[in-house]
Amino acid sequence: MAAIELRNIVKVFSDKRRGRDLLTLDNINLDIEANDFVCLLGPSGCGKSTLLNIIAGFEQATSGRTLVDGRQVLQPGSDRGVVFQQPTLMPWLTAIDNIAFHLKLKGVGKSERHDRAIEFIDLVGLRGFEHHHPSEMSGGMNQRVGIARALLMNPSVILMDEPFAALDAQTKLEMQEELVAIWQKRRCTIVFVTHSVDEALVLGNKIVVMTKRPGRIREAVNFDLPRPRDITSPEFNDAKRRILSLIREESTRLAQAS
Amino acid sequence: MTSVTDVSPARPAFRLTRALQGLERLVVPALLIAGWEAFARSGVLPPALLPAPSAVLHALGDWVFGFDETTQTYSGHWLRDALASALRVFGGFALASLLGILAGVAIGWSRLFEKTLEPTLQMLRPIPPVSWIPLAIIWFGIADKPAIFLVFLGAFFPVLMNTIHGVKTVDHNLVRAGAMMGANQRQMLTDIVLPAALPSIFAGLRIAVGSAWMLTVTAEMVAVKSGLGYVLWDSYYFLRYDIVLAAMISIGLLGYLSDLGLKAIMAHTLRWQQTTTVQGRAG
Repeated sequence: MAAIELRNIVKVFSDKRRGRDLLTLDNINLDIEANDFVCLLGPSGCGKSTLLNIIAGFEQATSGRTLVDGRQVLQPGSDRGVVFQQPTLMPWLTAIDNIAFHLKLKGVGKSERHDRAIEFIDLVGLRGFEHHHPSEMSGGMNQRVGIARALLMNPSVILMDEPFAALDAQTKLEMQEELVAIWQKRRCTIVFVTHSVDEALVLGNKIVVMTKRPGRIREAVNFDLPRPRDITSPEFNDAKRRILSLIREESTRLAQAS
Repeated sequence: MTSVTDVSPARPAFRLTRALQGLERLVVPALLIAGWEAFARSGVLPPALLPAPSAVLHALGDWVFGFDETTQTYSGHWLRDALASALRVFGGFALASLLGILAGVAIGWSRLFEKTLEPTLQMLRPIPPVSWIPLAIIWFGIADKPAIFLVFLGAFFPVLMNTIHGVKTVDHNLVRAGAMMGANQRQMLTDIVLPAALPSIFAGLRIAVGSAWMLTVTAEMVAVKSGLGYVLWDSYYFLRYDIVLAAMISIGLLGYLSDLGLKAIMAHTLRWQQTTTVQGRAG
């Protein structure tokens, strides 16, 4: 049984102001195995974030079924950790309280919350900043808190929606390396949405290329280049060429159609 | 050349400029008061109609400390009068804050409450609180109650409006993050929506405390026989404009102090926000 099963997912947004419907996701079928690092790759507006929101339970598919660990997704829940594009931390809580927020909601006492959260502070390298508020930390540090917050819930899958898109190039590289290290250490299932071919190739062991509106799966490519991956190696470039040609075919097809 | 201050001659000069800058602010009020004093002493108007600042200060001093009974029956009774007004302000303000925040969260969060409760409240809002005085007197008689009721009316709507606004503009993704971490409906309100709306709620509370002082004085002019507003209106009947002005100054001072207190509570509660503002200004 796959960790995530998407069966015939269709999503139609009704544009009430213009009185028409917009087909965003067109019959998506996808199996994601446990411990996979899957990158959903596609141009903006292809519905990859919508697909992630459907798995998270934030949005409902118009038709089709979403199963996580064999259970149908009906609403958001702590079995699916989400890392948002913006850190989306509670601004009135310190780093450690943000990380332990899930435990607070479950009624765990303060000292135990902190005992358990400190492990994740260390995991994302924020020792010394546990009592800082989000406004006192940089974007990269806040995103680390967001990742630690998702990991603490020990979810069966982690859903990430372009979490590094707002970071500068250098911080982005660091965070990508750290994420891969965390994934290797903790063996979790990650679904990572991105529009960057490089990012998908650095992170994923399975890359799902999506087409532009309406969103369909163009091709799911397994990519087992050993880690750490050298982005200048011939193997990396071969894979990049293949992915790019998939995307280019798609845009030529679209250009001819219009 | 032994100490650090000796080698930096810029410092004393800097201190002097700062002291001068502090004085700049006092120039206009000082000129106004001096002009007023001179005009009052010139005898163009009878002193009973335009008391000099010195006379007002004298009246205020006697009202507070009771040294020469120039304020007659009020001499030395300032604390009692101020306390009477302050209690009404506090009572009405506390009630308005509690109900305003509760109703505001309900209306801001739930469509049902928005549809059922909001139209009625919005219809009541434009009615000036003062126009409730006749009804307030019939309902509550002449005592603290009608005054507290009027203060409540004046303070309730600013709290309500700002709470609704604060709840409605809570970052949608924070609510999603809460749902992702397993918050139930009650936790969503108490642990996410309410703290996120606090900056707006405090803005409402600060407007409300000002309205509360305005209304307690209005109420005391007609519905009560004690407090700063009552003294003001009573002194007007006896043509004691020095006491009228002393009462006005007292109200202004107490209103200012209430706002300072609220600001201190706000700064403590929202200390997570302060760094944001500073950085925002610097950047």
